[in-house]
Formats: sequence, structure tokens, C-alpha cells
Amino acid sequence: MAQWEVVIGLEIHAQLATKSKIFSGSATAYGAPPNSQADLVDLAYPGVLPVLNAEAVRMAVKFGLAVGAKVAERSVFARKNYFYPDLPKGYQISQYELPIVANGKLEIVLDDGAVKTIGITRAHLEEDAGKSLHEVLPNASGIDLNRAGTPLLEIVSEPDMRSAKEAVAYMKKIHTLVRYLEICDGNMQEGSFRCDANVSVRPKGREKFGTRAEIKNLNSFRFVEKAIQYEVARQIELIEGGGSVLQETRLYDSDKHETRSMRSKEEANDYRYFPDPDLLPVEFDRSFIERVRASLPELPDEKAARFAKDFALSPYDAGVLSASRELGAYFEAVVAALSAEHAKLAANWVMGDLSSALNRDALDIGASHVSPRELASLLARIVDATISGKIAKEVFEAMWSERKSADDIIESRGLKQITDSGAMMSVIDAVLAANPKQLADYRSGKDKLFGFFVGQVQKATGGKANPAQLNELLRVKLAGKEPV
Amino acid sequence: MLHNLSIGELAARLNSRELSSVELTRHFLSRIDRFGPALNALITVTARQALSDAAAADVRLGRGESGPLLGIPLIHKDIFCTEGVRTSCGSRMLDNFIAPYDATVVARFKAAGAVMLGKANMDEFAMGSSNENSYYGPVKNPWNSNKVPGGSSGGSAAAAAARLAPLTTGTDTGGSIRQPAALTGVTGVKPTYGRVSRYGMIAFASSLDQAGVFARSVADAAPALQAMAGFDSRDSTSVDAPVPDYTAALARPLHGLKIGLLREFFEGLEPRNAALIHDALAVYKELGAETREVSLPHLPSSVPAYYVVAPAECSSNLSRFDGVRFGYRCENPVDLLDLYKRSRGEGFGPEVKRRIMTGTYVLSAGYFDAYYLKAQKVRRLIVDEFRAAFTQVDLLVGPTTPTPAFDLGAKIDDPVTMYLNDIYTIGANLAGLPALSLPCGFIDGLPVGLQLIGPHFSEDRLMCAGHRFQLATDWHTRLPAGYA
Repeated sequence: MAQWEVVIGLEIHAQLATKSKIFSGSATAYGAPPNSQADLVDLAYPGVLPVLNAEAVRMAVKFGLAVGAKVAERSVFARKNYFYPDLPKGYQISQYELPIVANGKLEIVLDDGAVKTIGITRAHLEEDAGKSLHEVLPNASGIDLNRAGTPLLEIVSEPDMRSAKEAVAYMKKIHTLVRYLEICDGNMQEGSFRCDANVSVRPKGREKFGTRAEIKNLNSFRFVEKAIQYEVARQIELIEGGGSVLQETRLYDSDKHETRSMRSKEEANDYRYFPDPDLLPVEFDRSFIERVRASLPELPDEKAARFAKDFALSPYDAGVLSASRELGAYFEAVVAALSAEHAKLAANWVMGDLSSALNRDALDIGASHVSPRELASLLARIVDATISGKIAKEVFEAMWSERKSADDIIESRGLKQITDSGAMMSVIDAVLAANPKQLADYRSGKDKLFGFFVGQVQKATGGKANPAQLNELLRVKLAGKEPV
Repeated sequence: MLHNLSIGELAARLNSRELSSVELTRHFLSRIDRFGPALNALITVTARQALSDAAAADVRLGRGESGPLLGIPLIHKDIFCTEGVRTSCGSRMLDNFIAPYDATVVARFKAAGAVMLGKANMDEFAMGSSNENSYYGPVKNPWNSNKVPGGSSGGSAAAAAARLAPLTTGTDTGGSIRQPAALTGVTGVKPTYGRVSRYGMIAFASSLDQAGVFARSVADAAPALQAMAGFDSRDSTSVDAPVPDYTAALARPLHGLKIGLLREFFEGLEPRNAALIHDALAVYKELGAETREVSLPHLPSSVPAYYVVAPAECSSNLSRFDGVRFGYRCENPVDLLDLYKRSRGEGFGPEVKRRIMTGTYVLSAGYFDAYYLKAQKVRRLIVDEFRAAFTQVDLLVGPTTPTPAFDLGAKIDDPVTMYLNDIYTIGANLAGLPALSLPCGFIDGLPVGLQLIGPHFSEDRLMCAGHRFQLATDWHTRLPAGYA
């Protein structure tokens, strides 16, 4: 395998978060009863005509600007012709020769920390098809056209990725970006964000690409990774066994974790693209583009850079915290209520205990049981040494489940740290008295027993002894000296 | 007799309550009863609805409302969707299709208080120049029942010529209003592309289709066009430009009008036909117009360009007729492919199939550039040549057709000869220009049409010129024998 290089390009379909469809007034909400969101335009009745949804155009422009692409002042809708029952018109309205977005790029961070730029060839607007339902009706197939006409932005990358991991990193980055821009809800279970992967292999050092296979409709990051890994292994095995890769469309079976042939190039449709005469070219002037540019939010990379700089976070932490607008906002609210000086503590808690609790209960950050202000007040108790970090975990869990403030829980459970030297000393004395053998061993050179005494004291105090203070007092006591 | 009165005279009688819309409607319904079947001009007669609509118009008139079309009967070409009424488009494919909505044109006439009497026969999906391609059988020419009425709006033209209604609507993709108007001796107006909404008008070739009207005279056509014209947000290709008062425009002086004679229109024209056109020009000169010769060198290429562009668009537009959601479905399909093949194979007639195949061919990979793109280039040249011509002249004048009406069956087996019937009309469609056809004489008892073509949105100028001609001549008042 070492002598093979993998080449991957992705076509990501992001469903645009418009209220109505791209060419009709029907709603786009997910999960409605079949065909309840399909009007005469979606059903392709004789005589009806498409009218472009301006919001979908604005969203595509936003995306183009966010990836530093050229936003075309003139783009053209084309018809992609083929027959299928879930395609009511017998053609899909898409963009072909003149897409709305071209020549963008995006940076991804590799495992070794290196930054790699992935080219974005183009992004174009198109309508989604409906859905065939094969298991619902006896002896017949059903068609649900609720999804027909849903606006999609198809984002086509250059074949710049060299591993399944890079492909996933790129896809995740686009996923973050479209949610930042609020142009796609990113819901992969509902199919709002999915991709096709073009995969080929070539001997290392060769310039010419190998024959590629296109794997259709991957709707999770894990499937993308697994499908590419399977496909790469399949292609290498095929070539090394003396065979050759066929240019074909393949389907990923997520149960068996394998890809299988759907149709070959010879069977491929001739789509007979031509400009849609029912729609005028999309034309706008620079001032429109500039207005959209002015409306762009802070982008993920900008936010990560700012976090790293302003809060002295590692690039990794800054990246995690800026992975969604909501997470970044939560983190910033905690820091604002605490202090920038303790941003690293806030970062650790947001990425650690808070994220675990959210994951455990499958909640979005917006539904967190602990607000940023509440989390900040908990962290303030660590900073002012009222409680230790360890006790804070217990307090956090109680805050999460009982929805009480940190101070109430510390108070009612008596979790306040022991910082009084006298009180701590009497516990230490009791521990030493109860463990004469260990004391003797320690004093004869077994330094490792220091931890044992710390544990015994914390056990006796319920973990409330201030750790730094305890260490100090214990060290003095064990050395046979009285504290000063 | 009522059917020989102008719309202005009818409206005056309706408004003065001297005549009721119900009486007027009964009069035309009885003519439809008497002459309709032999002419085969109508596919559907909506007598009951018409009488109820007429009664409603009478109520409005009784309340003192008035309007140029309030209570005036009309017949719609069966290409316009009419809510609750079969809309067949002349095809077996839609023989069972009850439209669930009104085309914008239909809705606007309804709003103006016009009363629909029925739906006119037509070439299937508006493809044809003789009305012999209808699933409902050929329409006869009222001037000679062995002759074709022209097409594709043959039923509308024959109905207007036989005075089955004061107004009939049509559509013109390559001459489908002007050519049958010429062959049946009535006035036919094809407006600028984008002047009248295409919403609800079953598409043949979207970039060429335009709705228009047949009437006894230009003065009668003016209020009809007034009702139809104007921007429609449901048709992206309709133009948001003010609509002038067409009836008021008829009174403008003609003096100083510069008329261009299209040299290419007279090459090879039958001498008797040419003589009638020159007679018409003499009338214009007497009215104070100047004439000069103008050349559009690429105009002869309009027929081949048209027969690439129109079939290309139709091959895609007609894909929605697949037997799945509406219209004809074959019996007992064994699988999806069988459903498609037999529903379309049995539902479409030979000319429609011929054009779908031609269109599919010219859009296919490997032929697209040589046919579709080249045809678009020719189209661009023709547009430019017309534009240049209109810097020199106000209007272009020539024959509407190369010959008067030909025998039924004479050309049906020779598509290319049939296509050449549209040699003088297609240019205006390719360039999106408004044009009209006026009766200007007879050859062997058959009417001959004079065509006027104007720059974009010059309908007011065109109709003024047509009206002035009709004030000076009486060709348009002639009735075919037996229809008095």
C-alpha cells in the first residue's frame, strides 16, 4: 500500500435553509406527510413555471464569499434531463456551464498540525428530487414530492485530498462553515448535508490520475471515512491483482461497510444539459455582493485565530471552541463572566465536563442545563479556592441534574474547601496516628508513601482539603517539623 | 347580425343594457352548434358555464359596471389551462386532463368579465402548420372545407373567421397565430416575447412561445391584448414594463411612418401573392408612409435554426408527460420502463414524437455544439439584424405565408415542406418581436395575409398601422360564404 497515493474529491450537497422551495412557494420543512408540501409547480403540472427564490441566491453568494471564491455576476440555470418518477419535470434545474460560485478554497488542519489548502472548484444552485417509497404500498411504489424542489448548494472540491481522514476533515470544515453562515442546518440524518466521493488511486510519484469511482450519497462523517477506506483498498487490490478500476458510480452499504457497483460509465445518462429557457440568467451588481459580504458573520478560522490570540489558547482548543457559532458564543460568555485571565480554565470545562454532559444527554449547547453565567460562577469558586477542581466536578453534576446554582450546592452540601490550617492539621495528626507503620516507612526513605497520606487526609475530609495547602502542611509534618 | 358587430359596438350595447351578455352568449353558442362540428373548430364547448358567466356579467353590468370586454364571449385555444375544464392541448396525452387552475391569460380575461364559450382545436402541443396534427382531427378552413386553416392555432383562427366568437386566443411559437390568421382571413396578433404571461400555457418551446389573439379587426384585438398584457410574477420571462393604452394608440397619425420591405421575404414569392403585398404597400404610401427596402441576410437560416431550438426545448418540456401524475397512462404497465415507453408511445402523435426525437438528438453529447449552439448563434445574428433594421425603419412589412391555404393532406407526409410554411413568420419568434397578420386580399377565393413586424414592445405602433390599413380597406370585413 505504501507505493499508492489516494486521490479524493468531494461533491457536497448542502440543503439551503430557506423557508420555501427554490422554484415554488411550497414549504421545505422536514417530516411532513407525503406530498403535503408539493404544489402544482413541484408536481410539474402542464403550464406551470419556476420562479427563483432570491433567498437561495443570497445564501449561495454568502458561501462563495466565505470561501474566497469568485461570485459570478451572471450565472445560468440549466436543465439536466433524465426520466425518473421522483423527478416530476423529467429534468432537474441545476447550473452547468456558468455556476454562481467558482474558484474558492478552504484550509484544513492535518493530524500532524500542518495546514492544507483544499480547492473548491465550484458551487452551484440546484433543486433536489423527490423520494420514491418502495415499502409503503402493496404491489406499488409511492412517490413523495415534499423534497422535490428543495434548494441545494452543490459544493465541488478539487481532487486535493489524499486520505479518508483529509476528506472527513474537509467535509467537517464545510459543515461548520455552512452552519456558521446559517445557510444550512447541517442535519445529516435528515439528509440536509451529504456528499458523493470521487476516489481513485495512482502509483506514488505519477502525475496522471487513476480511474475514479464515484461513491454516492454518504450522509455521515463516519460513512465517508469507511466508504473511502473500503474503496481505496478495493481499488488497490484490484490493480495489484492485475485488474483495472472501472469508471462507475458505486453505492456504500453502511451495514456491510462496503461499496458496490450501481452503474458504469457506459450506462451513464446523457443529461443533455441546456440553459433553462423558463429562467432568466441570475445577474447582480457588485453592490449586492458587497452588501452580502457586509452581512457575513465572523468565520470559523477568524474566530479560532482570535481565541488563540486573545485567550492564549492552543490552536487545537481554539479550533474546537470555534467549531460552531453557538459553542464559541457560550465559551465567550463564560470568559466574559469570569475573566480573560482564566480563559484556559473556561476552555477546559467547556470542552470537558460541559461537552460530556451535553453528549450524554444528547443536547445542543443551546439546551444546556447550565448557563454560561452559572458555569462561570462555579469556575470562580475554583479560582478563589472555595472548592477544588475535583469537588467542582461533583458540584457541576449537581448543577446539571438539580439545576441549582454552584453556591447553593456548595453551601447545602458543605463542600467548601478546608483552608483553615488548624483544622487541617488536626486531621493530619489523626491520620499519622492511625498509620504508624506507614509513617515509619516514609521516614525511613519510602517517599512514595506521600501520596498515601494525601489520600487518607482527603478521604477523611471528603476531598475538601485545599490540595496545595495540604501538601505543604503534610510535607512539614512528615519531616517531623512543626509548621512555622 | 350580432356576430358582424365590432367589440366596441357590442360593448356599447351591453353597457346600455340594450343587449344582455346572456343573449349575446346564446347567439354565439348557437353559431357554434350550427358551424362548429363541420369545421371541427372546438374540442370542448362549455355552454352551461358560459351562460352562467354571462349571467354574472349581466349582474355586473346591471350594477353599472362597464368594461371593454365585460360580457363579451371568447374561445380559448385548448393550450391554456382552464380550471375545472378539460385542457387537452390537442393530444391524447391530455384527453383526460382537467386543469386544476387557470392560466394567467384565462384569469385576466375572467377578471375583465369576458365569457368563455369553449376550447379551440389545435395541432397537438402546438406543433404543426395545418391543424392536421390534432388528436381530435383536422380543422377545416371556413373559406373552403378542403383546405387547411393553418396551425397550430387552427381552431381559434377558423372560429374567428366563421364568427363563432368575437375573440379567440392563440399562441405563436413559429407563426401559429399569424399563419392561420392569414389562411382564414382574420387579424392575428403575436405580441413581444414577455409581453403576455406564459403561466398556465402548456409549453412547447419556452423561449419562443407567446400568447396572442385573433379577432375580426385590429380595433377588436386591441382591448383583448390590453386585458392579456402585463407582468406576471409567476412567469420569470414576462417583462415588467408599462402597458400602453392600445385602443387609444389606434388614433395616432400614420404620416411619416417608415416601412421596411424585407428583401428576403419577396424572393421566390408567388407573383399573385407578391402583387397583393405591393397593393397593400400602395395603401400605406397613400396614408403617408414611406417605404424602403431592408435586408436581413441571415433570415433564410431562421427555419433551420428554429427547427433545432424549438424541438430541443420541446424534448425537455414534454418530459413531464410520463404517465405518472396526470394525463394518459398505458394499461397494465409491467414495469417503470414499460410505463414510460407505452404511455408516451401511445399518448403522443407522430409529429410530436418526431420533434421530441429531433430535439433529443440535437442536445445529445457530441451533437450539442454542432446543432443547438450553432442554432443559438444564428438566432443571435438574426436578432442583431432585426435590431439594425429597426434603426432605419419603424416597421417591417411582408407576406405572412408563401401561399394561401393548401389542401388538407397535401403536406402532411412531407414535414420539411410543411415546415417551410413558417418561413416568413419564424424570424419574429426567434427575435422575440411583436408581429401581426392582416387580411390583404384573395387568391382564388382564399385569403392572403399581410405581415407587419415591429421592434420589441411596439404593439401600439403595429396595431395603429394595422388599424389604419383596415380603415382604408375592407378585406377584413369579408365573411366566408355560408357564415353570414
